[in-house]
Amino acid sequence: MSNVQDNHGTYKTYITGFLLSVFLTAIPFWVVLGEPDISVNWAIGVIFAFGAAQILVHVHYFLHVSVKNEGGWQVMSMAFVAVLVVIVLAGSIWVMFHLNENMMPAHEQIERMRNL
Amino acid sequence: MSTPAHPPVPEGGFDFFVVDTDHQDHADHDTTGHETGTVLGFWIYLMSDCLIFGILFAVYAVLGQNYAAGPSPADLFEIEKILLATAFLLFSSITYGFAVINMGQKNQTGMMLWLAITGLFGMGFLVMEVLEFEHLWHLGAGPGASAFLSSFWFLVGTHGLHVATGMIWLIVLMIQIQKHGLTPENTRRVLCLSMFWHFLDLIWIGVFSFVYLTGVLL
Repeated sequence: MSNVQDNHGTYKTYITGFLLSVFLTAIPFWVVLGEPDISVNWAIGVIFAFGAAQILVHVHYFLHVSVKNEGGWQVMSMAFVAVLVVIVLAGSIWVMFHLNENMMPAHEQIERMRNL
Repeated sequence: MSTPAHPPVPEGGFDFFVVDTDHQDHADHDTTGHETGTVLGFWIYLMSDCLIFGILFAVYAVLGQNYAAGPSPADLFEIEKILLATAFLLFSSITYGFAVINMGQKNQTGMMLWLAITGLFGMGFLVMEVLEFEHLWHLGAGPGASAFLSSFWFLVGTHGLHVATGMIWLIVLMIQIQKHGLTPENTRRVLCLSMFWHFLDLIWIGVFSFVYLTGVLL
């Protein structure tokens, strides 16, 4: 019985994860709804940092991911997918940002066209 | 996990369909699906689902600010309602956790009660989402209005469809448990749905952070 408990968490671990999640959810929502006196960049930084932290909390306390599970293959597959998602996300944003930049005519280009 | 630490990778790699002799003395584990590979297989499915969501997030990141002179997130999103939907989903995560704990204690009545509460919270979330989509639709902010709205409907709609599928799964599973009790198969299914449900809550963290909260600030 204790084995099953350890595998799938106890009331204590679930409540710990839940309280952490409540905290990590409340702060980003407060940043938007409470309109504190911080710049937009800071606010977005806070939202992303707390979101990332909450994802880790969920992975540990709710999904019970552990390096010992399934002979390490659970963590391996998760790390692999995390790397792919980072490549896809960062790569898309990077490429499309530069594409949009280069599609916009620079000031001197506009002037040159006017003088033709 | 409390199972004995696995030995280093055996020659010829792991074979998940072979019963690990180390585990045979733990009767509990025969019911969890770890030895049949089902749990790992389901996890791999979730990871592939994670890739789908990763790509949908990338699409939203690229297209999310192309409003085509239409409404922007700040015009459309009601953050108070998103907070309520987030709370529903988070509560449903912990109540599902309690159901799994009750299952570990072979307390079927308690488990069914917590599963039912999970279902109610999940239903609450779905109702919120359907109301939001209906609201957007009536404002003329359907998926065809702009690239932002196309990517928004696709990303959030895919998550909503997953939650709806999880709800159907939950109801079917509760009927199965009512009929057949906590058989090894049902135990395994409860654990797989547990991973599915917590995974959807995890994806929702990305949705409310990236789409809703960041969206209304930009």
